[in-house]
Amino acid sequence: MQATNLTGQPIESSTVLYRAKGRGSSILRVITSNPKISIGLGVVALFVLVALGAPLLTPYDPNASVVRGSLPPSFAHIFGTTGLGQDMFAQIVYGARVSLGIGFFAAIGSTVLQVFFGLTSAYFGGFVDDVLSLIINVFLVLPGLPLAIVLASLASSADAANKNVVLALVLLFTSWSYGARVLRAQTLSLREREFVAAARTTGETPLRIIFAEILPNEIALVASTFIGTFVYAVGAEVALEFLGLGDTSKASWGEILFWAQNNTALITGKWWQFVPAGLCVAILCAGLAFINFGIDELANPRLRAERPQHGRLLSGKKKDEKENR
Amino acid sequence: MRYLLRRMGFYLVALWAAVTFNFIIPRLMPGNPALAYLAKIHAQNVTTAQYLAMQQEFGVDPNVPIWKQYFDYVNALLHGQLGISISQFPSQVSTILSQSLPWTIGLVGTAVFLSFLVGTLIGMLIAWRRGSWYDTAVPPILTFLSAVPYFWMALALIYVFGVNLNWFPTDSGYDVFNVSPGWNTDFIGSVAQHAFLPVITLVTGTLAGWVLTMRNSMITTLSEDYVLMAQAKGLPERRVMFNYAARNAILPSVTSFSISLGLVVSGSLLTEIVFNYPGIGFALYNAVQGDDYPLVEGCFLVIALAVLSANFLSELVYTFLDPRVRQGRS
Repeated sequence: MQATNLTGQPIESSTVLYRAKGRGSSILRVITSNPKISIGLGVVALFVLVALGAPLLTPYDPNASVVRGSLPPSFAHIFGTTGLGQDMFAQIVYGARVSLGIGFFAAIGSTVLQVFFGLTSAYFGGFVDDVLSLIINVFLVLPGLPLAIVLASLASSADAANKNVVLALVLLFTSWSYGARVLRAQTLSLREREFVAAARTTGETPLRIIFAEILPNEIALVASTFIGTFVYAVGAEVALEFLGLGDTSKASWGEILFWAQNNTALITGKWWQFVPAGLCVAILCAGLAFINFGIDELANPRLRAERPQHGRLLSGKKKDEKENR
Repeated sequence: MRYLLRRMGFYLVALWAAVTFNFIIPRLMPGNPALAYLAKIHAQNVTTAQYLAMQQEFGVDPNVPIWKQYFDYVNALLHGQLGISISQFPSQVSTILSQSLPWTIGLVGTAVFLSFLVGTLIGMLIAWRRGSWYDTAVPPILTFLSAVPYFWMALALIYVFGVNLNWFPTDSGYDVFNVSPGWNTDFIGSVAQHAFLPVITLVTGTLAGWVLTMRNSMITTLSEDYVLMAQAKGLPERRVMFNYAARNAILPSVTSFSISLGLVVSGSLLTEIVFNYPGIGFALYNAVQGDDYPLVEGCFLVIALAVLSANFLSELVYTFLDPRVRQGRS
């Protein structure tokens, strides 16, 4: 759940695109040229495929009790069964749909808000910037998860029709501020570039300048904040469901953990009821975080694995010391 | 000084926003606290007059205009009145919160301090030995650990160290049956023993952030000329690392302190819930389970207040550490 893009340094899309062109190939080359991005994308793609192909992977209905409850893993049920006798593997693969879906929609909506607040605030400056960045900063310092818990608990007691939609909206509402601030900082510097001045003199509308001229130039940064928000949304979604604030009747990763906790799976040693779901969240979020580190490295050449001159100097010195001994 | 006053103004606005959210959100939802309380106690045969009296008690009287309700609400808050708890009727929300706040502050404070110290040291060391095996191995492992949900890490620790090995207690803030609260060694020892696993949970969750921030910042600093100069002068390696590179590289970590604090508090809520630790998070969880809105809102307000004050403190420290902030903006 830690915010990614940890250096907080602005990412220049132009650097990324330049590298792509320099090697004479497409965006695919950028993706495969960085091992961190490839690993991360592979992990995420695997989860997406599992979620989409859930019916092909398991014959069981995730919500139906198929056998006696709480069986340990076996050939018939490779992740064991829940307290109600539901197949755990089916719950995990179908649950991936819910968890990925809520996280994805929350992150998409949040990114739209981030782009809107970040770019308009920085482009117009002056009074607009004062008001919008005040809103951004207020949301930034208000603790997100407690606010999400308050919102979700009030909404869930109001018997909302679709709790998953409510959860996605709550996460959207509590997650946009960090990205908005990062995008605002980058737009502030892009605004002063010549191509923006040129667009302005040719009489383009502010709307067009913001979304057709400036936005494509920071698309890598938008991608990076989108992924960061996705990580937060998946983690917070699982946490809210674990607290019983989600739709407790349908299988999802958070619900699996909620029921495992309620059925005291832990004290009675039924490790298979909480290990798979937690590992899935951890692997998915680590995969997403890896993509972000990769983007960071592409944008900030100093972080790449090649050693800078200074590093060589240090290691050279170390070797000398060893030889002297 | 003017800069600090402006920041103080900003935090007051943020606090006002938190208070206003707290006022608006429940009123946007269908139903009201009085109905929720009646449902909670399975009340039957409630007269209209009784119902109205209850609405007045919870501050949602439909005959009072909304601006007056808001004014009354803020006025009550300024007098420290957070309303009456539903699930622990008729206790005051403020009493419940004042009992649980010290536990959370102790837990979060210890965890943040340890995590910052250890994480920054590791980040510094792996940046210094860049390209060594531990520089390659440590960041991915820590990234994976920080991606593990807090509550799941807590569950795993309980399972291994609490249930299987039985090394540490996994429940409550101290041994409620054998020691009584007070300034004696038994109580303090019991508290430390009970806090061990929750603190470890929070530290493993947040360590990666500190390590990576410090590593990236340190790498940037290491390529500065003054570091090269210090080495050229033949200063001892340790001195270059601590006094020249790390000293300047630590500033971004201090800046991200304020943002990460919100994350630690969020993590601490979940950790407390899993460990039945008697802090704000556990109170919030019980309030959510019991549909206790006054307590839910009270918890949120206290958390917001604590995070905002801590943020303000970290900005004070930052101003003290980095003269550019003082001069550049005032």
